[in-house]
Amino acid sequence: MAQPEEIAATGPADAGTQAPLVEAPADTVAGEVVLRLTDLVKTFPGVRALDGVQLEVRAGEVHCLLGQNGAGKSTLIKVLAGVHQPDSGQVEWRGEPITFANPQAAMRAGIATIYQELDLVDDLSVGENAFLGHEPRRMGFVRRGHMARRTRQILGRLGHGEIPPGRMVRALPAAGKQIVSMARALSHEARLIIMDEPSAVLAHDEVGNLFRIIRELTAQGIAVIYISHRLEEIREIGDRVTVLKDGRTTAANLPARDTPTRDLVSRMTGRSIEYVFPERPAAGPAGAELLQVDGLTRSGEFADVSLDVRAGEIVGIAGLVGSGRSELLETIYGARPAEAGTVRMAGKALRAGSVGAAVRAGMGMAPEERKSQALLLGEPIYRNVTLATFGRYARFGFTNAGAEEAEADRIAESLELRPRDVRRPVRTLSGGNQQKVVVGRWLLGDTKLLLLDEPTRGVDIGARAELYQVIRGLAARGVGVLLVSSEVPEVLGLADRVLVMREGRVIREAPAGELDENTVLDLVMAGSLMEGAPA
Amino acid sequence: MSDATPTPTATPERPQLPAQSPPVDPAETAVAGDKAASTGKLSWWRGDGGEGAKRNLGLIGVLAALIAVGAITKPDLYGDPTWVWNNVLAILQLASVVGVVTVGMTFVIIGGGIDLSVGAIVALAGVWCTTVATQSYGAGGMIFAAIAVGICVGLVNGVLISYGRLVPFIATLAMLVAARGLAAQISNKQTQVSTSTVINDIAARKVLGIPILVYILGAVVLAGWVLLNRTTFGRRTIAVGGNPEAARLAGINVRRHTMLLYALSGLCCGIAAIMLTSQATSAQAAMANLYELDAIAAAIIGGTLLSGGRGTIVGSLLGVIIFATITNLFAINGLSIEAQNMVKGGIIVAAVLVQQFQFKSFTRLLARNRLTTTP
Ligand SMILES: Nc1ncnc2c1ncn2[C@@H]1O[C@H](COP(=O)(O)OP(=O)(O)OP(=O)(O)O)[C@@H](O)[C@H]1O
Ligand SMILES: [Mg+2]
Repeated sequence: MAQPEEIAATGPADAGTQAPLVEAPADTVAGEVVLRLTDLVKTFPGVRALDGVQLEVRAGEVHCLLGQNGAGKSTLIKVLAGVHQPDSGQVEWRGEPITFANPQAAMRAGIATIYQELDLVDDLSVGENAFLGHEPRRMGFVRRGHMARRTRQILGRLGHGEIPPGRMVRALPAAGKQIVSMARALSHEARLIIMDEPSAVLAHDEVGNLFRIIRELTAQGIAVIYISHRLEEIREIGDRVTVLKDGRTTAANLPARDTPTRDLVSRMTGRSIEYVFPERPAAGPAGAELLQVDGLTRSGEFADVSLDVRAGEIVGIAGLVGSGRSELLETIYGARPAEAGTVRMAGKALRAGSVGAAVRAGMGMAPEERKSQALLLGEPIYRNVTLATFGRYARFGFTNAGAEEAEADRIAESLELRPRDVRRPVRTLSGGNQQKVVVGRWLLGDTKLLLLDEPTRGVDIGARAELYQVIRGLAARGVGVLLVSSEVPEVLGLADRVLVMREGRVIREAPAGELDENTVLDLVMAGSLMEGAPA
Repeated sequence: MSDATPTPTATPERPQLPAQSPPVDPAETAVAGDKAASTGKLSWWRGDGGEGAKRNLGLIGVLAALIAVGAITKPDLYGDPTWVWNNVLAILQLASVVGVVTVGMTFVIIGGGIDLSVGAIVALAGVWCTTVATQSYGAGGMIFAAIAVGICVGLVNGVLISYGRLVPFIATLAMLVAARGLAAQISNKQTQVSTSTVINDIAARKVLGIPILVYILGAVVLAGWVLLNRTTFGRRTIAVGGNPEAARLAGINVRRHTMLLYALSGLCCGIAAIMLTSQATSAQAAMANLYELDAIAAAIIGGTLLSGGRGTIVGSLLGVIIFATITNLFAINGLSIEAQNMVKGGIIVAAVLVQQFQFKSFTRLLARNRLTTTP
């Protein structure tokens, strides 16, 4: 089954020698075109995901892919990674036409991929995940010590030496998992590393780390394809940009730094979008007291947190991944039992650790991880949108699919869901569109308090603006919103009041207008990924 | 929407990257429009979902093949319409008891569990309702006893699994052993004869030429279909089995629902116990032996995912009928039970293989998730 001789021949350097993070193949020529795609077409039932894509990637460059949700970016990289086979068109890899029959073939050719949706095995350790499928072996036995050493080395270079290679992946927070999938990509000898929205789950300082790694890689002549919806990142790390729209290349090889934002956005969306937050309403009379949290504590996660949210108010929580913000949200929602402290809705104390009580009191939460915490991937979109509310459309226990579809359709429209057909399985949606379904679920019905954990993760610029409008619109109707986001500008731009969390404590509270990005970042910095993880 | 943008030329960012842009024809950048929108297939039977319906067509194909085999091996019999009609009824009657159990099993499996104790519950309910004491209350008392015993045992399973946090496999395996033991204890290992003519008539009578047992199967299947596809209970079942964490965070009481699923399975077992007792006009602790395997196999063949979250009642029914047809086919050809079991095993494997084939893209995704290179 295995090909031990190949592993022995091309495998990473032996224990003892100081291997570089990634060893570029010896015959790498900087500037040489490593990958050229011509007229690539890939269809799924009912959707032309790729409809004639051109792409050219050179050794040693960071080539960015831009495009709206559903433009076909992930499909494109899955074709490159051998996950999908193209219907037509040509993939030229280092001057030769090629098709990758499966992911293994692409990896052997030197293409490593970090997928948009995490693809780690929860019940294996960090090291086992990093080397999954190409474990260093001797006579058929995995060399565990060697593997752990290599993993520690890679993690160290990634700036996360504190993640133990032996820790089960299940026990890591989302950002920790992202680091592990990066480590996996770096554990291969690759000429091209594809990163599909790697920064979506990373906090500010982590992104800086990621960019340092990317620069190290490109300096060795390794090519990087980088996908992100954040233009600032593309300007900072990218060399050239290719823009996709509806499965087609609408612009190729734009200079990443100098192309005006207006141009990029209009090529992506076919219109110009002012990337602005909705205006805050003039300070009117304060709304009624809605949520009151007093001295909430869970040891190892957060301690003695008190906060309140009024009707019609958007309260933002800024903090690093691992500062306890997601855990705090889940505890308020009753998904984790509080050890001390109380949560009150409109003056009435909620039973600790009961999601049902929270939902009955009018709370709704869009959780952090869409795939594991929020979606039924095989079920239709409309059933996912109404997962929390289908009971409201039902009469005598009989569901009303027609009404549900109509409501889901309305949500799909207001969030620019594409494709719009709400009977498709959620599995077939692009990542950003799946995220819209998660948030859209709570825009239905009579939610009084919305808890949003990274609501715009992976959502494109245009849809993001729509989502902000929708959230502001809800607040205007008297809904309270508690928002957690890794993007400080989002918290500052959308929220009325901001809480800054560090290491499980609220260290600052102020109206959004009194804070600026740098102040918040200064407050927030310190602490590391592992502090939020259960021991 | 319009996006007629001019093709830009590349400006190299780094000196070592020579300026060169692959030709992108501006004409090609014309709006692709909303081609992506709204081409989704309508499901065949709304609620059962497109994939489920397609698979059910495959099962009907298997059934047709089995009938063809029958027609080829016994052309004389299949030439006689009266015999064919009676044989169809015979097959349905054969399928009826396991069919009722399978409906409950399908719910449990879709909800992410498994119930190994169904055969034992049928036996316990059968024995309980045929004790001298119970029979003294007449047919109504017997029916009530069987159903109450089924529901109660199911509830015990459910409480152990959802509140006691036992693995379903372990909890129901323990229940299998315990319930058969209790049945043997109650019956003193004797066969208990049913003296109620009402009960015994259920299996013996026909209405409009169709056995009452077949009507019961039809009613349970119909109720199961409606429950799964048209009620909030069914929706919760799919959510709880498909992604328990998502269901919990959406405010669904996952534990209570899991408990109710096992009670539902127990209810089906209670109904099956009455049917089986009626067929044999008696009950004993060893009755309904290995029904759990028949029911699980039928559900799996019918396309219910063992990992939960997906399955159809129609598929399960077809699975049961396919098994009954095989039994029937072997009986009319005078072949042995042993050969029949081997064929059944083969059919189970074949059906699962066909399903994997249909979910090719899905399994490829799984393969990518599990094994990034050749193992
Ligand atoms: N397995 C699938 N079956 C059917 N349609 C699919 C499948 N995968 C993707 N699609 C469709 O293909 C199109 C492109 O999706 P893709 O995931 O490539 O978008 P994307 O550019 O990565 O978007 P995002 O920014 O949201 O991640 C979408 O319309 C999506 O619905
Ligand atoms: Mg994507």
